[in-house]
Amino acid sequence: MIIKVRLFAVARQLAGTDSLDVDMAPGSTLGQLREQLAKQTPALEAVLGQVLFAVGTEYAQDATLLREGDEVACIPPVSGG
Amino acid sequence: MIQIVSHPIDAQAVLAAVASPQAGATVLFLGTTRQFTGDRETASLDYECFAEMAEQKLRDLADEAQRKWPLTACAIVHRVGHVDIGEASVAVAVSSAHRQCAFEAGQWLIDTLKQVVPIWKKENWADGTTEWVHPGLEDTEQTSREAP
Repeated sequence: MIIKVRLFAVARQLAGTDSLDVDMAPGSTLGQLREQLAKQTPALEAVLGQVLFAVGTEYAQDATLLREGDEVACIPPVSGG
Repeated sequence: MIQIVSHPIDAQAVLAAVASPQAGATVLFLGTTRQFTGDRETASLDYECFAEMAEQKLRDLADEAQRKWPLTACAIVHRVGHVDIGEASVAVAVSSAHRQCAFEAGQWLIDTLKQVVPIWKKENWADGTTEWVHPGLEDTEQTSREAP
Protein backbone atom coordinates (compact mmCIF):
# COMPACT_ATOMS: atom_id res chain seq x y z
CA MET A 1 0.00 0.00 0.00
CA ILE A 2 1.23 3.48 -0.83
CA ILE A 3 1.40 5.77 2.18
CA LYS A 4 1.73 9.48 1.48
CA VAL A 5 4.06 11.23 3.91
CA ARG A 6 3.93 15.03 4.17
CA LEU A 7 7.17 16.69 5.14
CA PHE A 8 7.59 19.98 6.99
CA ALA A 9 10.36 22.38 7.96
CA VAL A 10 13.81 20.75 8.17
CA ALA A 11 12.42 17.44 6.92
CA ARG A 12 11.14 19.10 3.76
CA GLN A 13 14.40 20.97 3.37
CA LEU A 14 16.52 17.83 3.69
CA ALA A 15 14.35 15.69 1.42
CA GLY A 16 13.91 18.45 -1.15
CA THR A 17 10.19 17.76 -1.40
CA ASP A 18 7.08 18.40 0.66
CA SER A 19 5.67 14.92 0.12
CA LEU A 20 6.94 11.37 -0.39
CA ASP A 21 5.12 8.17 -1.28
CA VAL A 22 6.28 5.12 0.64
CA ASP A 23 5.26 1.60 -0.37
CA MET A 24 4.51 -0.44 2.75
CA ALA A 25 3.16 -3.95 3.17
CA PRO A 26 -0.38 -4.18 4.57
CA GLY A 27 -0.23 -4.41 8.34
CA SER A 28 2.91 -2.28 8.58
CA THR A 29 3.37 -0.02 11.57
CA LEU A 30 4.33 3.62 11.75
CA GLY A 31 7.65 2.51 13.23
CA GLN A 32 8.32 0.41 10.14
CA LEU A 33 7.45 3.41 7.98
CA ARG A 34 9.96 5.46 9.95
CA GLU A 35 12.66 2.87 9.16
CA GLN A 36 11.65 2.60 5.52
CA LEU A 37 11.76 6.38 5.10
CA ALA A 38 15.32 6.42 6.41
CA LYS A 39 16.35 3.75 3.91
CA GLN A 40 14.45 5.27 1.01
CA THR A 41 15.54 8.87 1.67
CA PRO A 42 18.97 8.83 3.32
CA ALA A 43 18.95 12.63 3.50
CA LEU A 44 16.29 12.31 6.21
CA GLU A 45 18.05 9.67 8.24
CA ALA A 46 19.73 12.12 10.62
CA VAL A 47 16.42 13.57 11.81
CA LEU A 48 14.01 10.65 11.53
CA GLY A 49 14.85 9.35 14.99
CA GLN A 50 13.72 12.63 16.50
CA VAL A 51 10.51 13.42 14.63
CA LEU A 52 6.96 12.64 15.62
CA PHE A 53 4.42 11.36 13.14
CA ALA A 54 0.78 12.17 12.78
CA VAL A 55 -1.76 9.98 11.03
CA GLY A 56 -4.42 12.29 9.70
CA THR A 57 -4.35 15.14 12.23
CA GLU A 58 -3.50 13.19 15.37
CA TYR A 59 -0.12 12.30 16.76
CA ALA A 60 0.47 8.54 16.60
CA GLN A 61 2.87 6.10 18.22
CA ASP A 62 5.28 3.87 16.32
CA ALA A 63 3.11 0.83 17.15
CA THR A 64 0.17 2.28 15.18
CA LEU A 65 -0.95 0.07 12.33
CA LEU A 66 -1.14 1.81 8.97
CA ARG A 67 -4.03 1.36 6.58
CA GLU A 68 -4.45 1.99 2.87
CA GLY A 69 -5.18 5.67 2.31
CA ASP A 70 -3.66 6.87 5.58
CA GLU A 71 -1.98 10.25 5.28
CA VAL A 72 1.04 10.55 7.48
CA ALA A 73 2.77 13.78 8.43
CA CYS A 74 6.39 13.98 9.56
CA ILE A 75 6.51 16.45 12.44
CA PRO A 76 9.98 17.65 13.46
CA PRO A 77 10.18 19.29 16.91
CA VAL A 78 7.72 22.17 16.78
CA SER A 79 8.61 25.82 17.25
CA GLY A 80 5.42 27.82 17.05
CA GLY A 81 4.71 30.88 19.13
CA MET B 1 -11.80 32.85 17.71
CA ILE B 2 -9.26 30.23 16.65
CA GLN B 3 -7.38 31.26 13.54
CA ILE B 4 -4.22 30.77 11.56
CA VAL B 5 -3.64 33.86 9.43
CA SER B 6 -1.14 35.11 6.91
CA HIS B 7 -1.60 38.80 7.70
CA PRO B 8 -0.66 40.98 10.69
CA ILE B 9 -2.54 40.02 13.83
CA ASP B 10 -5.26 42.46 14.90
CA ALA B 11 -4.82 42.49 18.67
CA GLN B 12 -7.95 44.59 19.17
CA ALA B 13 -10.00 42.01 17.31
CA VAL B 14 -8.56 39.27 19.51
CA LEU B 15 -9.51 41.24 22.64
CA ALA B 16 -12.96 41.90 21.25
CA ALA B 17 -13.40 38.17 20.70
CA VAL B 18 -13.10 37.47 24.43
CA ALA B 19 -14.97 40.53 25.72
CA SER B 20 -17.93 39.71 27.94
CA PRO B 21 -20.04 41.32 30.66
CA GLN B 22 -19.19 38.23 32.74
CA ALA B 23 -15.47 38.99 32.57
CA GLY B 24 -13.70 40.95 35.29
CA ALA B 25 -10.31 40.09 33.86
CA THR B 26 -8.86 39.87 30.36
CA VAL B 27 -5.32 38.74 29.62
CA LEU B 28 -3.67 39.11 26.22
CA PHE B 29 -0.34 37.50 25.34
CA LEU B 30 1.51 38.48 22.17
CA GLY B 31 4.55 36.55 21.00
CA THR B 32 6.71 38.92 18.99
CA THR B 33 9.83 38.54 16.89
CA ARG B 34 12.80 39.37 19.06
CA GLN B 35 15.93 40.90 17.57
CA PHE B 36 18.61 39.18 19.66
CA THR B 37 19.00 35.63 20.91
CA GLY B 38 22.22 35.47 22.88
CA ASP B 39 24.72 37.11 20.57
CA ARG B 40 22.90 36.22 17.37
CA GLU B 41 20.84 38.83 15.58
CA THR B 42 17.57 37.97 13.90
CA ALA B 43 16.53 39.87 10.79
CA SER B 44 13.08 38.25 10.58
CA LEU B 45 11.25 34.97 11.06
CA ASP B 46 9.26 32.81 8.67
CA TYR B 47 6.58 30.51 10.04
CA GLU B 48 4.94 27.51 8.43
CA CYS B 49 2.37 25.04 9.70
CA PHE B 50 0.59 21.80 9.00
CA ALA B 51 -2.59 23.77 8.69
CA GLU B 52 -5.35 21.22 9.26
CA MET B 53 -3.68 19.73 12.30
CA ALA B 54 -2.46 23.05 13.72
CA GLU B 55 -5.94 24.54 13.68
CA GLN B 56 -7.36 21.38 15.25
CA LYS B 57 -4.71 21.45 17.99
CA LEU B 58 -5.39 25.14 18.71
CA ARG B 59 -9.09 24.32 19.11
CA ASP B 60 -8.27 21.36 21.34
CA LEU B 61 -6.10 23.59 23.55
CA ALA B 62 -8.81 26.23 23.83
CA ASP B 63 -11.36 23.53 24.75
CA GLU B 64 -9.01 22.04 27.32
CA ALA B 65 -8.30 25.47 28.87
CA GLN B 66 -12.02 26.03 29.24
CA ARG B 67 -12.35 22.66 31.01
CA LYS B 68 -9.41 23.35 33.32
CA TRP B 69 -10.38 26.92 34.28
CA PRO B 70 -13.71 28.78 34.57
CA LEU B 71 -13.05 31.03 31.59
CA THR B 72 -15.56 33.29 29.94
CA ALA B 73 -13.82 33.05 26.58
CA CYS B 74 -10.58 32.18 24.88
CA ALA B 75 -9.05 33.22 21.56
CA ILE B 76 -5.88 32.09 19.80
CA VAL B 77 -4.53 33.53 16.55
CA HIS B 78 -1.26 32.34 15.06
CA ARG B 79 0.32 34.01 12.09
CA VAL B 80 2.29 32.16 9.43
CA GLY B 81 4.55 33.52 6.71
CA HIS B 82 7.03 36.34 7.13
CA VAL B 83 7.10 38.10 10.52
CA ASP B 84 9.42 41.08 11.03
CA ILE B 85 11.10 42.25 14.25
CA GLY B 86 8.54 43.45 16.77
CA GLU B 87 5.59 41.99 14.93
CA ALA B 88 3.34 39.44 16.61
CA SER B 89 3.38 35.82 15.47
CA VAL B 90 0.84 34.67 18.04
CA ALA B 91 -1.93 36.15 20.18
CA VAL B 92 -3.59 34.34 23.05
CA ALA B 93 -6.43 36.04 24.91
CA VAL B 94 -8.48 34.74 27.79
CA SER B 95 -11.18 36.33 29.88
CA SER B 96 -12.67 35.21 33.18
CA ALA B 97 -14.58 36.56 36.13
CA HIS B 98 -11.38 36.89 38.17
CA ARG B 99 -7.79 37.43 37.20
CA GLN B 100 -6.02 34.41 38.71
CA CYS B 101 -7.39 31.93 36.19
CA ALA B 102 -7.01 34.36 33.30
CA PHE B 103 -3.27 34.63 34.02
CA GLU B 104 -2.89 30.88 34.62
CA ALA B 105 -4.87 29.83 31.56
CA GLY B 106 -3.09 32.33 29.34
CA GLN B 107 0.29 31.03 30.42
CA TRP B 108 -0.77 27.40 30.04
CA LEU B 109 -2.11 28.06 26.55
CA ILE B 110 1.05 29.61 25.15
CA ASP B 111 3.34 27.15 26.98
CA THR B 112 1.39 24.17 25.64
CA LEU B 113 0.95 25.63 22.15
CA LYS B 114 4.73 25.85 21.93
CA GLN B 115 5.02 22.14 22.75
CA VAL B 116 2.32 20.49 20.65
CA VAL B 117 1.02 22.60 17.77
CA PRO B 118 2.57 21.71 14.39
CA ILE B 119 3.91 25.16 13.57
CA TRP B 120 7.59 25.87 12.88
CA LYS B 121 9.70 28.99 12.69
CA LYS B 122 12.73 29.61 10.55
CA GLU B 123 15.32 32.12 11.67
CA ASN B 124 16.50 34.57 9.03
CA TRP B 125 19.69 35.66 10.79
CA ALA B 126 21.14 39.11 10.17
CA ASP B 127 24.28 37.48 8.72
CA GLY B 128 22.20 36.12 5.87
CA THR B 129 22.01 32.49 6.95
CA THR B 130 18.70 30.77 7.65
CA GLU B 131 17.92 27.97 10.05
CA TRP B 132 14.82 26.00 11.03
CA VAL B 133 14.19 26.08 14.78
CA HIS B 134 13.66 22.58 16.17
CA PRO B 135 14.17 22.48 19.95
CA GLY B 136 16.12 19.43 20.98
CA LEU B 137 16.99 18.31 17.47
CA GLU B 138 20.64 17.30 17.51
CA ASP B 139 22.80 19.50 15.35
CA THR B 140 23.98 17.03 12.75
CA GLU B 141 26.26 17.33 9.77
CA GLN B 142 23.13 17.94 7.78
CA THR B 143 22.16 20.98 9.79
CA SER B 144 19.41 23.03 8.31
CA ARG B 145 21.57 26.10 8.38
CA GLU B 146 21.86 27.43 4.87
CA ALA B 147 24.15 30.09 3.55
CA PRO B 148 22.60 33.08 1.83
